[in-house]
Amino acid sequence: MSWTAYLPMLWQGATVTMTITLAAIVCGAMLAFVFGILRVEGGPILSAVALCYTEVFRGTSLFVQLFWFYYALPLVGLSFDPITTGILVLAAHVGGYGAEIVRGALASVSVQQLEAARALNFNRAQTLFRISLPQAIVEMMPAFGNLAIETLKLSSLVSLISIADLTFAAQSIRNITLDSASIYSITLVCYFAMSLVLMAAVRVIEHFVRRGDVFPRSAHS
Amino acid sequence: MMYGYEWDTTTWVTYTTSILPIILIGLTVTLKAAAAGFAIALVLGLVFALLRRSRVKVISWTTAVIVEFLRDTPLLVQLFFLYYVLPDFGIVLPAFLTGALALGLQYAAYTSEVYRGGIEAVHHGQWEAATALNMTRMQAYRDIILPQAVPRIVPAMGNYLVAMIKETPVLSVVTVLEMMGLANMIGERTFEYLVPLTLVGLIFLLLTLICSAGLHRLHKALPKAGIPLR
Repeated sequence: MSWTAYLPMLWQGATVTMTITLAAIVCGAMLAFVFGILRVEGGPILSAVALCYTEVFRGTSLFVQLFWFYYALPLVGLSFDPITTGILVLAAHVGGYGAEIVRGALASVSVQQLEAARALNFNRAQTLFRISLPQAIVEMMPAFGNLAIETLKLSSLVSLISIADLTFAAQSIRNITLDSASIYSITLVCYFAMSLVLMAAVRVIEHFVRRGDVFPRSAHS
Repeated sequence: MMYGYEWDTTTWVTYTTSILPIILIGLTVTLKAAAAGFAIALVLGLVFALLRRSRVKVISWTTAVIVEFLRDTPLLVQLFFLYYVLPDFGIVLPAFLTGALALGLQYAAYTSEVYRGGIEAVHHGQWEAATALNMTRMQAYRDIILPQAVPRIVPAMGNYLVAMIKETPVLSVVTVLEMMGLANMIGERTFEYLVPLTLVGLIFLLLTLICSAGLHRLHKALPKAGIPLR
């Protein structure tokens, strides 16, 4: 059995990996913005909740979280299929890191900008969405790019809760053929290729964000 | 190592107290693996950083590709690669060492970037002064550049140590019995996964909070710009 025979199975696994990664990036980004904004604007109670969320999901290992939710959710009557559990846990984990990025970027918006907004009689929502976020989002992009790659890499852990992703496919083929060297080399190259594509995609998004197309009415330098 | 251990699953309190001792043994394995992995990452990362800055284009480009590859591929697959492929080439390591090596390799890619940033932040005049004093490149690195670079990179390195501690559960897939491996094993025998997993999660949380607080104090204690340059 030559190594080309592995490719269809690995490709199937790779599509699952891509699906999980993209879904987790999208859900994670939403969580990141919600909790990141709550950390800054939420008032004492909501910002404490957001702080707890980020500390718990950043402080405990993803490995533990995956298994914990895999076993815990059915006990409270929530039986998802493993893929949904995998996506949700991965999203919550990277969302915790993302929320810190959002918080940091919002905190780095200069005070003069906020003073100017106040002078123009902007309310808090207007200040956030018209002044702070459009500037902060540009600052966030490089860190979000790294986090996207991190998500792809961490998605390999979902193979351990019986999801047939790329890593899982590699493991199954190895268990049959024992041809470790070529299978794992191909798998590593696949992940590397996906990372490069992801990085390119982040560059493109960053380009658009920098041009101000996302926020056409923002005061852009 | 599980023989002779008894656990009492009547309530979660008795269950927790009965598995705590064995989980704490797992904690020592976790910490040892992280320490070994971090030691490898610190040494190898410096080697990568210096090779990356080599004047020979072939060396610096090859290193750049290797570092990028290590950084952009999952630790789990790298670990499987080392665990299953190294024996094919006659290199048979204990699972613990394979695991530490995998952690070390992945984080060497991260630390090499930290070293590179630290080295590049050293003022250009320092290199000129070293050249003026007729030092070799090697001497300049050892006596001039690195002593100034190291204090600034300590906080970043600390963050990677914390991150690495949180990644050690991955080693349980190649039979290293650290905290997570033990928790799963206890779960398999008692069909009660939640208590051991929650316990492990809490220990990780405590560990990272303590480490972060320690790092914060260390960061405060270090001079802002490292050793004064001029």
